[in-house]
Amino acid sequence: MKRFAALFSALDQTTKTNAKVAALAEYFREAPEPDRLWTIALLSGRRPKRTVTSTLLRTWAAERAGIPLWLFEEAYPIVGDLAETIALILPDPSRQSDRSLADWIGVVRGLGKAEEAERKAAVLDAWDQLDRTERFVFNKLITGGFRMGVSQKLMTRALSQATGIDEPDLAHRLMGDWSPESTSFRALILEHDPAADLSKPYPFYLAYQLDDPPESLGAPADWAAERKWDGIRGQLVLRGGAHHLWSRGEELMTDRFPEFARLIDFVPPGTVIDGEVLAFQNDRPMAFAALQKRIGRKTVPKKLLTEAPVLLMAYDLLEWEGQDIRALPFAERRAILDDLIAPLPTEAPLRASPLLQFDTWEDLAAERAKSREMDAEGVMLKRRDSPYRDGRRKGDWWKWKVDPLVIDAVLIYAQQGHGRRANLFTDFTFAVRDGDALVPFTKAYSGLTDEEFRRITAWVRRNTTERFGPVRSVTPQHVFEIAFEGIQESPRHKSGVALRFPRMSRWRHDKPVEEANTLDDLKDMLAAYGGATP
Amino acid sequence: MPPLERRDRGHRLCPAPLSLRLVAPARRATPQPMADPLLSFTDRGIYCAAGDFYIDPWRPVDRALITHGHADHARPGHRRYLATEAAAPVIRHRLGEIDIDTIPYGEVRDVGGVRVSFHPAGHVPGSAQIRVEKAGEVWVVSGDYKTEPDGLCEPFEPVRCHAFISECTFGLPVFQWRPQVEIAAQIDDWWRANRAAGRISLLGAYSLGKAQRVLATLDPEAGPILTHGAVENVNEVLRAQGYPLPPTIRVTPDTKGRDHPGALVVAPPSALGSTWMRRFGTVSTAFASGWMQMRGVRRRRAADRGFVMSDHADWDGLNAAIADTGAERIFVTHGYTAIFRRWLAEQGYDAGIVETAWEGESLDQTDEAEA
Repeated sequence: MKRFAALFSALDQTTKTNAKVAALAEYFREAPEPDRLWTIALLSGRRPKRTVTSTLLRTWAAERAGIPLWLFEEAYPIVGDLAETIALILPDPSRQSDRSLADWIGVVRGLGKAEEAERKAAVLDAWDQLDRTERFVFNKLITGGFRMGVSQKLMTRALSQATGIDEPDLAHRLMGDWSPESTSFRALILEHDPAADLSKPYPFYLAYQLDDPPESLGAPADWAAERKWDGIRGQLVLRGGAHHLWSRGEELMTDRFPEFARLIDFVPPGTVIDGEVLAFQNDRPMAFAALQKRIGRKTVPKKLLTEAPVLLMAYDLLEWEGQDIRALPFAERRAILDDLIAPLPTEAPLRASPLLQFDTWEDLAAERAKSREMDAEGVMLKRRDSPYRDGRRKGDWWKWKVDPLVIDAVLIYAQQGHGRRANLFTDFTFAVRDGDALVPFTKAYSGLTDEEFRRITAWVRRNTTERFGPVRSVTPQHVFEIAFEGIQESPRHKSGVALRFPRMSRWRHDKPVEEANTLDDLKDMLAAYGGATP
Repeated sequence: MPPLERRDRGHRLCPAPLSLRLVAPARRATPQPMADPLLSFTDRGIYCAAGDFYIDPWRPVDRALITHGHADHARPGHRRYLATEAAAPVIRHRLGEIDIDTIPYGEVRDVGGVRVSFHPAGHVPGSAQIRVEKAGEVWVVSGDYKTEPDGLCEPFEPVRCHAFISECTFGLPVFQWRPQVEIAAQIDDWWRANRAAGRISLLGAYSLGKAQRVLATLDPEAGPILTHGAVENVNEVLRAQGYPLPPTIRVTPDTKGRDHPGALVVAPPSALGSTWMRRFGTVSTAFASGWMQMRGVRRRRAADRGFVMSDHADWDGLNAAIADTGAERIFVTHGYTAIFRRWLAEQGYDAGIVETAWEGESLDQTDEAEA
């Protein structure tokens, strides 16, 4: 654990990518193999099953620290992290331990079967022999959600340096349905057999936002374009008579979307399709809220299947006839995809995302301007001769989103942030004017610079008019431009609307409260862009 | 007189022995006739009506007693100031031409019929708690304080009283400082590693107090130390008073990083990430602050390192200091006041909250001395 805790500190103590990769690579060269495998698992979101509830951990920690539980509960949101709060609050350990990471994970996993008294004794015993950083790591192993400031991409790079295996190849080996219990470092990384796992997905290729004008991309003829759909990215793997649907976060979504089981009858085995899962009805995508109802459920009641049926809007083909075809140019992959989908009956939950026709960038800009009416977020640009790459890489895929909708709103409530934003006011509620009244309609947490957050924090401290627990109401004085991607009717909100992805796009120092937008303006936007109701 | 030789004289000055609070005070069954409290809380600051003076007021007043020279406590615009002999030079340096009277630690002075004395707060060189007494009733205003001796400022001295107005910047049990020697060793190690890698080390620390404390704790043999002008201005004042500080080199517009390989640069937190630091090329950056205890804050500041070093009392320090006053009535100000008040009330104190304009240790405030 000492070595892993030292790695954690090294990663935590630098903001420089090269230093992080070097620290990780060294770890991957030197740590025992089971520890390496667990580290890879933790950094790719595979964590041991939770064996102790957070309620019990809090109670035990407060008791061990000699403070009342309420005081612990007050400190926790300020620190913003349960594992860290516990690590900070406990008294110093009385002894040391040199057990390995894999060993401690064994302890954590063993807790699942133990009686509560036994579990408590084991946790208190662990806390008493780990220093602050080790304790933090240990608590994280129990509570899950390990974030070490290292993306999977960086981890893959470090692992590549340590093993000499190419990054894209490694990225593929690390995909899919494995856990340190089901494999070994040797089997997964060093002696990888692609045929061993029928469900294994390919690494997703992710697009960058296009900030420069499209002219910067060169000749329009080199590019294909399609709508940017507002659903969830999915990779459908059809092999050996079974199907698996993976999310971008490498979660299996197969059971949530039973519709896709039918595709086994239409699509030959040895096919892997990349696309967007959309709730789809009457020949058009439904609002995202409809899909949201499906995401939250592990099993789907019949009623929901008819209310919010889904399909896969396919845009790429990664495997065909059992062959990995990612190296083929996009245009060729896309042609095979179109041939595959064209003969399917319309009720098959699979469509090809239509390619947009354009000869000039002006043509495409005109298509992009139609995005909202087409229920899309913008357009996607893909270079015709490009391979299907892995991870987020610049150059071949771009997302060119429509400009967000904006409205000028008045800041009325403020609340302190957590974790990274502790002791700053970062969570705000905004209102539009309605006669002399101010009607709250959205919250927003992001979009300001650190410097702006500092300034508004100082202002909130001086201009608090009332406190409701952690929420402060402030003098209505500051106007912010709120940008958002969509607007929907919502009976749950006082204003009657709900926004999608609201954020503060500008602090309108130039605007007095009297010039902020009104509830009528908001209703006009709802009428214009509210689209299909969920 | 070198500051470290000052003796702990606070207890002796407390005239009448106060009854120690041993058990929770019972709620008084019948309200006693209440005289005006010795100190009251106004929108200008803490006010003593009997003596007609304010303590660390935030708006201009006729007579101000000042605990220490930080900008939120020593403000411009008062007609007359009173501060310790040790604090006055910095206050003069920061506020310019002011009418300031000084007092040694521990000496009792009559201000408008009220007995007033200043006692070390251990926060920054010259900082004081202010004790106020009339007709046997004793109040103490803590100002900012820390209980761990740092080898530079006059060590904190508990002062017994009936009512104690205490800061609680770090009034949460997650704030538990490690001993200063451990933190100093961490800073030295960081500096040494950077030097070995051919990098300059840039440490963000308050220009009054933290900066000098860091300077005084570092290994003087480790290499050249450069200081931002705001830090060096304070250094000059404190050196003239006899506070022991190692030699430092002031950064000027002509200073070039390559002329000082492996140096440590001490600058106010706001200088980190500014154009000012470009002259040093590739640097390793760090902050020294109590807020560095929280990983989230550390990450937000995006420095390479965060050293948990504060000039305010930690959780145990606050609780010990409050217990040592023997006071029954505690007022808490700047910090996690609501939570800390509730905790004190559970411990049996008659505890309240005072809203003040004092800021405690804020990583996000601009150090006014830089302006």
